[in-house]
Amino acid sequence: MMSEDKQVTLIVTRQDDPESAPYDETFKIPYRNNMNVISALMEVRRNPVNANGEATTPVYWDMGCLEEVCGACSMIINGKPRQSCTALVDQLEQPIRLAPMSTFPVMRDLGVDRSRMFDSLKKVKAWVPIDGTYDLGPGPKMAENKRQWAYELSKCMTCGVCLEACPNVNSKSDFIGPAAISQVRLFNSHPTGAMNKNERLEALMGEGGLAECGNSQNCVQSCPKGIPLTTSIASMNRETALHSFKSFFGSDHEVE
Amino acid sequence: MAANREFLYRRLHSLLGVIPVGLFLIQHLVVNHFATRGPEAFNSAAHFMENLPFRIVLELFVIFIPLYFHAIYGVYIAFTSKNNVSSYGYFRNWMFYLQRISGIITLIFVTWHVWETRIQAGLGNVEVNYALMENILENPFMLVFYIIGVISTTFHFANGLWSFLVSWGITMSPRSQVISTYVTLGVFVLLSYVGIAAILAFAL
Ligand code: SF4
Ligand code: FES
Repeated sequence: MMSEDKQVTLIVTRQDDPESAPYDETFKIPYRNNMNVISALMEVRRNPVNANGEATTPVYWDMGCLEEVCGACSMIINGKPRQSCTALVDQLEQPIRLAPMSTFPVMRDLGVDRSRMFDSLKKVKAWVPIDGTYDLGPGPKMAENKRQWAYELSKCMTCGVCLEACPNVNSKSDFIGPAAISQVRLFNSHPTGAMNKNERLEALMGEGGLAECGNSQNCVQSCPKGIPLTTSIASMNRETALHSFKSFFGSDHEVE
Repeated sequence: MAANREFLYRRLHSLLGVIPVGLFLIQHLVVNHFATRGPEAFNSAAHFMENLPFRIVLELFVIFIPLYFHAIYGVYIAFTSKNNVSSYGYFRNWMFYLQRISGIITLIFVTWHVWETRIQAGLGNVEVNYALMENILENPFMLVFYIIGVISTTFHFANGLWSFLVSWGITMSPRSQVISTYVTLGVFVLLSYVGIAAILAFAL
């Protein structure tokens, strides 16, 4: 009498490859205590039979850490983008609707390609350059309160939720999105990272840069890590405005 | 500088919306408010404005060029966003959406209004005075159109002022942005009152 037991219903938006059309498929899986969306998907993978009893291909999705630090498992769960590893079945309304994030190209089923985010991080140089031909020695110390503040910004896992929620990140625009803007704030405030401050600001002032933000503020409402994205954006608005005033006529004032 | 063109356009768009277009809006609504003191008061105020020296230059550089740069670039901005208030019904997202809708309504209204008053006057077909407005607003359809147009314009200005403060990095913290929400709400209510009072003075 297994089928009489409590069941979980999943409606998954699937897509066989990047080119093909998406379609919905429903699955009914046996309920277990403390399930999350990933364990429900694993159940589908174990027994890839849809709700009509037809054999189908197992659903594909991405995952890594299983503890909401890698960002790979983001998908739309009941209409909102979030991590499937921390989406608990008990807290979700059924049927549970799963769809890939729409801002990114779908590779297969729930797996998307977030390359644009990594490209953005490269574009704004979201790192502290320390490689060179000789030992640079220890960097300056960072005040503890500043370290704590920076830690909050450093929690970004490039999950893509803020880009998905943003009305200005879409196929009609090349807006870089909130995550990379906040990373500029993080690395520009780092004592060694600040050496490349202006390069990062200029990247933000380029095509698709922070000026395309329209202040809908969906990002800050959606970020699973509670990163103060809109404060970071406003802060970078201030920095880029000052930078543009100072270098308006091509002054070398800003060379450090 | 070429790489920064978009940045410059965007910031110029934000700036021009407030200075001079927003300031002109306030001045225009205040002058209109003379209508509440009767036809003579309005006519003499309108006459004064009409006879400002260098009027064409002022109109071009303080009103039309900045206004239509703001409007046309704004329409482009509005159509590159993909509104999603149904999935993300947050207050600010609604304001973002309404800013785009009110922008389009305001553009239609202002263009019509300029055509009906300034351009017709320029062509020598009408004279801009109390009687002209009284005539236009006699039509109940036009009265509703003008009321919606003015509210949409004041909303677009007040909410745009809020965005302006963020886009230039003046309000940064969530708290300062909440306070500026209330302040700009006040601007919206006050300017709407000033504008509607004048419309009703013409119409009633
Ligand atoms: S800022 Fe938040 S929502 Fe955006 S990518 Fe980073 S962790 Fe995800
Ligand atoms: S698997 Fe890493 S965040 Fe979910």
